Order: sequence, then C-alpha cells, then structure tokens
Amino acid sequence: MTTVNLHLQQVKERTAESMEEMWVNMGPQHPSTHGVLRLLIKLDGEVVRECIPYMGYMHRCHEKIGENRAYVQIIPYTDRLDYLASMYNNWAYCLACERLMGIQIPERAEYLRVLIGELQRIASHLIWLGTFGLDLGNFTLFMWCFREREMILDLFEAVSGQRLNYSFMRIGGLALDVPEGWLGDVKAFLQWFKPRLPEYDRLTTDNIIWQKRIQGVGILTPEDAVSYACSGPMLRGSGIRWDLRKNDPYGIYDRFEFDIPVGTRGDVWDRFWVRRQEMEQSVRIVEQALTEIPPGPVLAPVAKKLRAPVGDIYSRVESPRGELGDYIVADGSEKPYRYKVRAPTFVNLSALPVMLPGYLVADAVAVLGSVDIVLCEVDR
Amino acid sequence: MPQIREELVARFYALFEGWGIPWIVPRLVVMLVVVSIIILFISVSAMFLIWWERKISAHIQARFGPMRVGGWHGWAQSIADGVKLLLKEDIIPTQADRPVFILAPMVVFAAALAAYVVIPFGPGLIVEDLNIGILYVIAISSLTVVGIIMAGWGSNNKYAALGALRSAAQAVSYEVPLVVSLIGPLLLVGSLSTTKIVEAQRYLWFIVLQPLAFLTYFTCAVAETNRLPFDIPEAESELVAGFHVEYSGMRFAIFFLAEYANMFTVCAIATTVFLGGWRGPLLPPWLWFLLKTFFLLFVMIWLRWTLARVRVDQLMNVAWKVLLPLAFANLGITGLLVWVFS
Repeated sequence: MTTVNLHLQQVKERTAESMEEMWVNMGPQHPSTHGVLRLLIKLDGEVVRECIPYMGYMHRCHEKIGENRAYVQIIPYTDRLDYLASMYNNWAYCLACERLMGIQIPERAEYLRVLIGELQRIASHLIWLGTFGLDLGNFTLFMWCFREREMILDLFEAVSGQRLNYSFMRIGGLALDVPEGWLGDVKAFLQWFKPRLPEYDRLTTDNIIWQKRIQGVGILTPEDAVSYACSGPMLRGSGIRWDLRKNDPYGIYDRFEFDIPVGTRGDVWDRFWVRRQEMEQSVRIVEQALTEIPPGPVLAPVAKKLRAPVGDIYSRVESPRGELGDYIVADGSEKPYRYKVRAPTFVNLSALPVMLPGYLVADAVAVLGSVDIVLCEVDR
Repeated sequence: MPQIREELVARFYALFEGWGIPWIVPRLVVMLVVVSIIILFISVSAMFLIWWERKISAHIQARFGPMRVGGWHGWAQSIADGVKLLLKEDIIPTQADRPVFILAPMVVFAAALAAYVVIPFGPGLIVEDLNIGILYVIAISSLTVVGIIMAGWGSNNKYAALGALRSAAQAVSYEVPLVVSLIGPLLLVGSLSTTKIVEAQRYLWFIVLQPLAFLTYFTCAVAETNRLPFDIPEAESELVAGFHVEYSGMRFAIFFLAEYANMFTVCAIATTVFLGGWRGPLLPPWLWFLLKTFFLLFVMIWLRWTLARVRVDQLMNVAWKVLLPLAFANLGITGLLVWVFS
C-alpha cells in the first residue's frame, strides 16, 4: 500500500470518529493552490486544524534527465523549473557549471546577468503580488501587476526571443548581446514602473481590509523558519537578515548598493511587505547596473564540448523565492554524473503545516499565497 | 398615470364579467402580465448591469472588456452569454438531493422577483403600493438565504455547504443592522409605504437628515447581496464558488440573474428611502429613479473592484460591533428628535 493510500485510510478512520471535523481536499484543482498542489485540510467549522500538503503531480524527473544530457543541453530544462523566474534558473545552473569548470565570464555579461536577474525578480514578485491579490479577492491588483510584468516580458523577448522560457544564459556568459537601444528601453520601463509602486500601495498597503486580512496571520517564528530551512522572503519575513546576494555574493553583487528588507513578526504581512520592498531594491540595483555597464563581449571563449573535471560543486543563488542551489557531481565526462536542484519553494512549502493550524480557511489561502510556490519547481 | 391604469384594469375585468367568465380568470391574467413585465425588466436590467460591470471593471483594470459582440462596445455580450447558458446541458450531480437542488434557484429567483412589487419607479409606477412596503421587502429579501442554504445543502458538496453556512451566518448578522437603520427614516415618515416615503422627501432627501442610517444601510446592503468585500459565501479563491459550485447552465444563470436583481432591489430601496426616490427636476420621474439607482449600483461595482475580501470573523465583528451600535444610536437620536419636535 502506498503512503498516500495508507494515509487516506487513516483519514477515513479518523473522520468516522468525529462528525464535527471535516476533511476537505483543497486542490489539485482549486483556484488558489497556484498549480497542482493538493492540500488535505481538516476543518473544524471554518478553522483549520491540520494540513497535509501532497505534491508530485508535476514530477518530470528533471534531475534524472539532467544526468543524460550534456552540460549545455540542461539549460533549456532549467527554464521549466521556476517558470516565473527562468532567467534566475539559467543563472543558477550556469554559475554552478562555471564554478565547476573554472570559467571566468566577461564583465559585460556579469552586469547584464545582474540587470536581467533583477528585472526577473521584479517580474516574479509582480506575479506573486497579483495572484496574492486574487487570493484575497482583489482582482484589480492582479490586472495591474500583469500590465507591468508584460513590459518586462517584452524586454526579455527583445533579448531572447522568448517570453517565458528564455534559455538566454550560457555557460560562460550570455547567448547574445542585448539589442541596440535595449538599455534605454529598460530605463524607460523603470521610469514607468517607479510611480506604479505607490499605486499598488493604495490598493494594498493603505487599505484597511488588506491590512486586517494579513496582519498577525500565519506566523512563522524565526526558529521555525531556520529549522525548516526556509529561505528568501519567507526567512526574511520572519526577521532573519539572510540574503545570498549579501551573505554569499555571487556574480558581481558585491559591487551594488542595496538594502535587505526584513520583517519583524513573521506573519503574512511581513512576507508581503518584504517582497514589496524588494521590488524597490531591485529597481535600485538595475539603475546602478545601467550606469556602470561596460562594453565588450558577453560570452567567454569556451569549448564547444564542455567537460568538467572530476569533482563536485554546490552553488547557490538568491532566486526571487529563496536559495536556489545546484549540486553537480562530475565524473570527467561531458554529462554530469549527478545533478540535484535545491528548490526553494519545495523547502518553503514544507513549513506550511506549521503555519496553518488555528487559522480560518480564508487565512489558509492567504498563508499559502504568501509562501509563493511554483509547483513546477516544487515537484521538479 | 395611476388613473389610466386603474381604469384599464377595471375595463378589463368588466369585459370578462360581461362574457360570464369566473372572476378569478381576469385577475390571473392581470397577474401574469404584471409578472411578465417584472421578469422582463429584471432580465433586461440584469443583462445591462452585467455588461456595465464588465465595462467598469475593465476600465478600472486598464482593459477594454467586451468589445466585439453586437458591434458598439460589445453591448450584446450579455445576450450572447445568456443564450449560451440557456443552450448548455443541464447537469444535476448524481449525489445531489434532486428536489432541493432543483428548487433552490427557483426560491432565490422568486424572492428577488417578489421584492420588485413595491419599488416605486415613479408616481403611480408601482405594482402594488402596499401599506407595509418596506417591511415586505425586508421579509421577502431574507428568503434568498433559504434558497442559498438549499443550494448548498442540495449540492452535497463540502465547499457548497461551507458557502451556505457562511451565507446563513452573514444574512442573520446583517439583517439586523439593516432593519434598524431603516427604522430611522421610517420614524420621520410615519408610514411603511414606499410611495409615502418618497412623498415625504419633497423638500429634503433623507440622506441629509439620516447620513448615518444611509451608510449603515448601504454597507449592510452590500453584504446582503453577497458582493465584495462581503462576498464570503461565494469566495472563489477560498470556496471555489461557494454555494453554486455544482450549478451550471441555466440554473447557474438564474443564480446570477437573482444576484443582479437583488443588487437592483437594495439600491432601489436606498434610492426610495434616502435619495428622494423619483424626485428631481426636468427629467421624467422614472428616469430620475433609474439614474439614482444606477449611481448606487456604480458605487457597489466600484467597491467590488477596489477592495479585498474581508474574513468571516471580521465580517461578524463589523456587523455586531460596529454597524449595529451605529444603527441603534441613529435610531435613538432620531426617535428623541422626533419626540421633541412633534
């Protein structure tokens, strides 16, 4: 008997014991599970007593496929991990390979990576904010956030020809240099985007219903956040100042000036507020990158057929959702011997059963939304 | 206008009497005609409202909304949707409680329909000027909840049941401040008849005398009609769609229609009691009435596309700890002033 079936049997037995409590299946087809996540929730009236997340509906053997592909061929697969931040997945994987193979990438490529990565962070947080608005019943916010995200996607389309799965980065730099005038377009976008943030605030931060809905809900204590290995805005929302861009700088992040927003109480509000402020910080980083970006090549001279020396590497980046790590074991051939992805949302999601019990169904939706899951990355 | 109508009806009755047909028949015919007119009005106004809401929400969200069907700004979109829903397969879940499941939309719609009887669209433009008008509307509109609970129970679906439970709790809570807030203006008039209430506002609208009552009433009205920010019985992100999750096709359309019909009713009552009903310069009375009502409807739509949804417990807090004391305070002050000045 599989674990799930065994569990269902236990559930049935327990349900028979008491009629006051009810097991509700939230998902895999439910409007606010953000994909094919299934939550088994025990409800006492409206109050959540227990929550068991089931995942795996999207399992694609990402890591096993990786073991059968040449190093370069894995890049398109990484796009499909966290499809809302594909650029960052590319970056994480390429960075791991570069560290493994000892490749130094050109200066311009480093700047462009930071620039594109931060734009991707804004786009990802925008989607998060929009769907979080949907969870709380604010449809307009969703549309507004998508409007700005479209512009970032347009920028990405101009450089890579794609709007979602870019495959833009290469081991050793970038596939192409950005088109002429693109940096000006980025500047124009920032000019448009900066006044939009206060506009979102009018719908969210300043709205008393919005405040009352998410303040003091789904509290994750700093101890729990650390012991569940949470990362990204989840961890920072709980008040721990941990951002790999500062704490373990990769690329050229040590050259930029930016702050790391942290929360104080670890509730949904703090996670919301951390992400909201991170968008501002990302704008700051992009602006700095725009002024400092040097001309030059964007791809280091690397061999057509890449071979990594025997050894292993764990390399991590701060993706919009947290610590995205790639672990690669190389056996000297042109394929990795073992390839493992540390998906931030998978780890963050595991803290959900700690945060939910005791709150209402409506809060469950808000808390789940605040974790910012992408099921493609959770299941890999 | 009322004279002409009375005369027409009287002649109609006399005609049948002359033919020796029992008295019940012409009365049934008149009833049928009146009900058909109401249903026609509800359908047309609801369709317009749906289209209007889609356009307003679209413009709030930097979109265009329906633009194709019918040519000019997609005016025929609602008609097309209605036809589509009519033609869809009628699905009743096998596990559902069939009679309850089938009856639920009818109950909801009948309640919405019956409330239109006492809405005064103009002097004499009223189906029946009952002397208990406002009380009748309140009583009838509470019936909607029965239909919603029937839908939730009959669907045999956990989400629907949760939605129905929420709806019952919400209706019970919001009915109280709603009724209490309406008593204030009624004290000033001294009558429950909707026509008399409008006539009493010849010189001053009651919104000036009773601003607190208006705000309380309007908040409760939004909750009554299950609209955002109080749409928790059908919160799509929590309960999928709440009580009507199992309904499709025409049965769903009837719920939808009833929701918009109820919106119109509560706004029409607000217009009657607080905004001077059909009174206004230059334009014909019925147009004034519709203009005021649609302005309130616009506010409701505006709220929906701006605010987030409140939580169940917050909803109860607002009803019992804020709105009810406010409504009672308003009632007390009004009563005192009426007693002092009369």
